[in-house]
Amino acid sequence: MKFDLETVLFFSLAVLAVGSAIMMITRRSPISSALFLILNFFTVSGLYLLLKAQFIAIIQVLVYMGAIMVLFLFVIMLLNLHDEGKLKEKYTYRKLTAVLLSIFLFCLLGFTVYFGFEGKFKVMSEKALTMGTAESLGVELFSNYSFPFELASFLLLAAIVGAVVLAKKKFE
Amino acid sequence: MIDINYYLITSALLFSIGVAGVLIRRNAIIIFMCIELMLNAINLTFVAFSSYLGNINGQIFVFIVMTVAAAEAAVGLAIVIALFRNKEYVNIDEINILKW
Amino acid sequence: MSDSLVNLIIILSKIAVVQGVLLTAVAYSVYAERRVSAFIQNRIGPNRVGPAGLLQPIVDAVKLLLKEDIVPANANKFIHSLAPSISIIVSLSTFAVIPFGDTITIGDKVIKLQIADVNIGILYFLAMTSLGVYGVTLSGWSSNNKYSLLGGLRSSAQMISYELSMGLAVLAIILMNGSLELDTIVNSQAGWKWNIILQPVGFIIFLVSAFAETNRTPFDLPEAEQELVGGYHTEYSSMKFALFFLAEYANVIVSSAMITTLYLGGWQFPYLQDFGLPPMLVSILQIFTFTAKVTFLVLFFIWVRWTVPRFRYDQLMNLGWKVMLPLGIANLVVTAIVILFMKS
Repeated sequence: MKFDLETVLFFSLAVLAVGSAIMMITRRSPISSALFLILNFFTVSGLYLLLKAQFIAIIQVLVYMGAIMVLFLFVIMLLNLHDEGKLKEKYTYRKLTAVLLSIFLFCLLGFTVYFGFEGKFKVMSEKALTMGTAESLGVELFSNYSFPFELASFLLLAAIVGAVVLAKKKFE
Repeated sequence: MIDINYYLITSALLFSIGVAGVLIRRNAIIIFMCIELMLNAINLTFVAFSSYLGNINGQIFVFIVMTVAAAEAAVGLAIVIALFRNKEYVNIDEINILKW
Repeated sequence: MSDSLVNLIIILSKIAVVQGVLLTAVAYSVYAERRVSAFIQNRIGPNRVGPAGLLQPIVDAVKLLLKEDIVPANANKFIHSLAPSISIIVSLSTFAVIPFGDTITIGDKVIKLQIADVNIGILYFLAMTSLGVYGVTLSGWSSNNKYSLLGGLRSSAQMISYELSMGLAVLAIILMNGSLELDTIVNSQAGWKWNIILQPVGFIIFLVSAFAETNRTPFDLPEAEQELVGGYHTEYSSMKFALFFLAEYANVIVSSAMITTLYLGGWQFPYLQDFGLPPMLVSILQIFTFTAKVTFLVLFFIWVRWTVPRFRYDQLMNLGWKVMLPLGIANLVVTAIVILFMKS
């Protein structure tokens, strides 16, 4: 394998992404977990840029990091949650089973990927460069996918109403 | 140029870590965050295939998935707040009324 | 010397010059704030260090550097130092996409006066502003102080609310220009076709949202002294406090630059090209035009701070959600309809 800039960038981003994901599920404090998840989203956004999907990359920063994770942080701070470490540990065998199961899942996925796609897609399509722009995505979204797009807006409306109803103080 | 396998393996790793997180952690908010991580891993797969196949549909899917993630976060966090208001904790081991 | 090396040197020097000028401007906007507030309140203001107090920012910086750096007990030390860095990095890197001039020709090289000409410039700006929340929120949480926490919570709610109306105002501009590139938007405002004339409502929405996003009075609730001691930076001292201070003024300058770019024609000086001046002079005049507009807006920010009293929190939220958001949507719809009729 050639060690060009893209490879180096990819490996550093991928290692960072996986590392931050592991840190995220092992930290005791919810705030630290949220921060590592933000780092993970940032690195994945970098991977999108490597894949020439610039619009998706910036939307990732805007939606995931700028809105969703701020909401998570906001709720964690608002509820002033305690660290999980202070709770009494009940199931240690559960953790072991969980880790074994997810390793098994990864082996399953990894084997599928390895035997299914090995050497089939070695280079990126030439269309990838022009495809990731806001323009081409917009054209596609408002022509072929206009119905799912409208449905997504209905989903968001339902989510807004649901969130307001659920979080509102109960009136007696 | 990197083979698509590297992206897919990264994505699989992230997804498995997300699954492990959902199974290990007991704080409802962190479980939500693990689900976001899994959705993100799926998005990476979609974008990787989209770029390597030269087909834009993958990126449209990512767009829709992000909408779903945003909606899920809003409703999910509202549920967490409602739970906290009633029980003073968001630990899913102790929220077991529906188990009966 | 190879061509790519020359390009690399050009890019690096652009970054160095822009960041240097930006940081100096930040230091002197603090000075300007103190002088202007003194003028408004009929005082003299800092005038001892150097001629008319012009060396005051340097003395301030030295003072802040030499102070003791205090981290409160039980605070999360890592996040406590991370938060100011996030604030300053985000506000300084936003300037990368703002065009501060057309092109300048040195030798046979045509240099674009913009650090990064990305074709999603506006989205980059919006993404960076939305990341700015983290600095304030995390500093509030990590200080382990209830006033700080309240400031952090207020700021995250406020910034998310006003981001929406800001996005809607920008969307109307995008609709008119059909491009996300800031360069194209500036070019389309040649002559007197400034967007402030075509989009007066959008301009007001963007201006108000920019005040809220930069946490400036009348929306400086995250640091409201009278109720929250110092808000999110109560527990900060020394250089970390200085970083917050720098980030606030850098945000003011970047917002002013963004308002200039989007609504006041950027570096465009009306009909400058028709005077038949040498191209070098034209380029320099354009940079001066841009600087003058930004300076005017920074002074406007300062003027508002010392004239308008602070909003109450419910007033702030009402303004954001019940006035600015519907106004933004109405503005967008009207713009869309007008464009539709103009095309057909």
